[in-house]
Amino acid sequence: MPPKRSKSATSSAGSKGKGKGKRIQSPVHETKPGHPDDIFPLVLTSATQKLFGCCSDVDVTGERPYKLLKKDDVIKDFKTRAAVSDFSPVKQIVLDYPDDDLLLVFDRDFIYGQSFYLVLTPEAKERILNVAGSPEPETPQVFEDEAIKTPEPEPWISLGSEQEIEEESVRETREKLLFTYKLSEVRRKFGPPAVFSDSKTAVTGCPSCPDSRFSIKLMLRDFGCRAVPRLHSSNTQTKGKLTSDVSTQYTPREFSNEEKEEILRSESFLNFFEKVTSSMLKALQQETIMNVFVDRWKAMGTTSEDEYLSPEVPKHLMLFKVFTEEKYAKGKKISTFNWHPTLHGVIAVALTEKRTEDSPMFESEDSFIVFYSFSDSSHAQLLLECPGDIFAFEFCPSDPNIIVGGCRNGQVVLWDVSAHSIHLKGTQPGEKAPFNTATFDVDDHKEKNTPVVRYCAASPIENSHKAPITDVQWLPPTFEVTNRGLPVENKYNISTQVVTCSPDCSIMFWDVRVSNVNRSARKQSADQKAPYSFLNTFKHLVDTWRPFYKVSLPMIGTTGKYAPLKFCLEPYICVANHTAGATEAENENAVNSEVIPDFSQLRVPLAETLTPLEDVNTKLFIGTESGEIIYSDWKKVIDNSGSLESVKPLHCFNTHYWLVNTVQRSPFFKDIILTIGNWNFAIWKEGVTGGPIIVSPNSEQWCTVGCWSLTRPAILFIGKEDGSIEVWNLLEKMIEPVRVYAQVSNAKITCIKPWTSSKQNFLAVADELGMLCMFEMPKTLCVPSRNEISNLEKYFVVEEDRLQDRLRRKEQRAKEPKRMDCDKPLKLPVDEEQEYKNYLKLEEQILKGLGLLSATPESHTFSHTHL
Amino acid sequence: MLVEETLKRIQSQNGVQGIIIINSEGIPIKTTLDNASTVQYAGLIHQLVMKARSTVRDIDPQNDLTFLRIRSKKNEIMIAPDKDYFLIVIQNPSD
Repeated sequence: MPPKRSKSATSSAGSKGKGKGKRIQSPVHETKPGHPDDIFPLVLTSATQKLFGCCSDVDVTGERPYKLLKKDDVIKDFKTRAAVSDFSPVKQIVLDYPDDDLLLVFDRDFIYGQSFYLVLTPEAKERILNVAGSPEPETPQVFEDEAIKTPEPEPWISLGSEQEIEEESVRETREKLLFTYKLSEVRRKFGPPAVFSDSKTAVTGCPSCPDSRFSIKLMLRDFGCRAVPRLHSSNTQTKGKLTSDVSTQYTPREFSNEEKEEILRSESFLNFFEKVTSSMLKALQQETIMNVFVDRWKAMGTTSEDEYLSPEVPKHLMLFKVFTEEKYAKGKKISTFNWHPTLHGVIAVALTEKRTEDSPMFESEDSFIVFYSFSDSSHAQLLLECPGDIFAFEFCPSDPNIIVGGCRNGQVVLWDVSAHSIHLKGTQPGEKAPFNTATFDVDDHKEKNTPVVRYCAASPIENSHKAPITDVQWLPPTFEVTNRGLPVENKYNISTQVVTCSPDCSIMFWDVRVSNVNRSARKQSADQKAPYSFLNTFKHLVDTWRPFYKVSLPMIGTTGKYAPLKFCLEPYICVANHTAGATEAENENAVNSEVIPDFSQLRVPLAETLTPLEDVNTKLFIGTESGEIIYSDWKKVIDNSGSLESVKPLHCFNTHYWLVNTVQRSPFFKDIILTIGNWNFAIWKEGVTGGPIIVSPNSEQWCTVGCWSLTRPAILFIGKEDGSIEVWNLLEKMIEPVRVYAQVSNAKITCIKPWTSSKQNFLAVADELGMLCMFEMPKTLCVPSRNEISNLEKYFVVEEDRLQDRLRRKEQRAKEPKRMDCDKPLKLPVDEEQEYKNYLKLEEQILKGLGLLSATPESHTFSHTHL
Repeated sequence: MLVEETLKRIQSQNGVQGIIIINSEGIPIKTTLDNASTVQYAGLIHQLVMKARSTVRDIDPQNDLTFLRIRSKKNEIMIAPDKDYFLIVIQNPSD
């Protein structure tokens, strides 16, 4: 323990009187050796400070912290303020203080904990005062005290740096000068308009100077790279099929005719043919004998015919034969064909040129009617020469050797093929005699050539139609027509009269017998030798043939005439025997084919000698060019002036929209007629005047031709433009055909005709390519179903009723609004006026409301437009 | 001529639709069908016969094709090939 400690202890003890008595303070002193023992921190209130003149920071400051206080003052303060006095803690010390002056130090920095401290001993006083005067490095305690004080900034000692600063610093040597300029225009130059003009100097541009920066070649560049593998695997998928041309050909290679001939003659060809023929024939015969590929299981199912359900019509037509003539049929189209009425297996086909729009109308080229036979399908048996293209022809019903045809130029042509009838008969299949390869070999070339028959008679052009003849029909052998149009009995029971129609709006009746008129002319023509005709059958007609009766078809309702394309007569069956001799005549004529009446000997009987037949239906169904079906009478009426005039048709219906190509009576019903137009077909009943009883829906393809089936009353065949055949069953459904045989031919079908015999049923189809295909009709199309006729009759009756009903209702509907219309015209004018007045008033009101109404009424219209 | 009447004989068989004779390159020499069909048949059948013949000979080089019959729904095509020519007959079998 330093001696000061003990001093302080004693002093503190001494100052306090009894040290041990005041325990509180001494440990404070002992624990806080912060201040030396001979000083005592004091707090002096501001009142005390004022009293003693030691106000902090006024009298005593940091620099002069010492204040000498008189002891007496302190003691006086004790007495005045007693306990309250600030000096009370040091009272004893002050009383014991030997000296008179007490040092009070202002402890600005609170070194000893209070703002003042009182120095307790005079020695300390002296010491401190001395310390304040000069620093005493001796006592470390004093240093300790001073180290706690913040160091004061020492005065700056100049070491010469200020001179450098002086040199470097920039100072204004003189004051900144201020110049003021005043610029202004001369007064007189203010105001005038500015004048702009181009500058006289050239346009100064700013040429670019080459910047050396850009011409520097970049020698080094940083860029990043990345390694990529060389090998890269991937897969794709292409379509499996690789199409490759095995061979390409744009036009087929062909041989010319000479080359073909040469090849056909060459030896290698003949050898080949010999080898091959036998095997081919064997194979062909095998086919006909037995079908090795037949599926017997399936076959069992279809053989049973269900009577209740109509058996299904097979999907394909079986082709029996194809007839094409190489020489004559190539490149031509078949306009029409006919089965030979008596000879089995003989067909006569009319071939016409396929003409385009540009070719001249009446170019006379060789056209033929070709006769085919079943036995030889690629060669014609007989050729009939025609003066022009034949569009319609027909065999005479009483004498199949007479054929009448209608030409493109309007002529009517007759042929007599009696000389070749044997030849034709011989070509029938089944006839053994003539058909023999041996005979063919023996006979010379002349026999090989197809015989050509020239026409016996052709009507002179001036007497003929002015347009192509589209339909030719023989009148049945049961009646005749006089030149006044009256049907009379036919004594000889042979067909001698022909009816032709043509789009020149006329129907002509022709007689093939010698006419009573023009006897003198006939004599003249008898002297002339008919050129090239082998037969004199119709010599009497040459140059003089003319129609004995003409019917024109005036239009109903308008002027003009109908242009008939096809017509249909009612075949009349003679019921009663008129004379006793008729039976003989009948017997005689029953064997028609044997006895050919000599037409030149026949004369047209005078009309008066024959008894008129009243019950002949003289009405015709006619189909026209514009799609109308006309029901007209060919009998003429005697009009006012006494001459005969064609009567207007009884009915006319525009059922079809364009050319009518078929008008045909049903072979089962006398009064049902089928008419086929381009888009649809219709079924008519004679006697029903309202229209067709059935109309088919319009088809997409043109219907080019059609016919009834000869065996089944409800079946129709319709040929189409694309070469397909539709089979319609009237009893099954009317919206669509029962079966469509598509692509029967590659071209438009021009004619269809069925043919039946006891054994076989055929359907012959002719097309535009000159081919005639014969199909064997499946049984389902041939055998009628049970009660088909009666069912069909009932169906027709139903349809007829429906039509009548429809017409009645239409009439009713037409009548009703008429009645209303009658009333209205009377009322309307009155009502209208009233309404208009009301409207005007309303308008005025509105305009007034809008304020647009002007006074004058003329501007009424103006206000309208404003509104 | 022999060729003509033999062809007639073939044609007179039941159901024969047409006959075509083509040479080894497929060019028709004689036909009873129209030109378009002939050319079509000739081209197609020629390829088929070539293929058939090569098939037969690949299997056995000593063998050769003698007759080819193609039966379809509507008809049957019979082909009699030879070294230089083919005879094709299209027939409708009597079912």
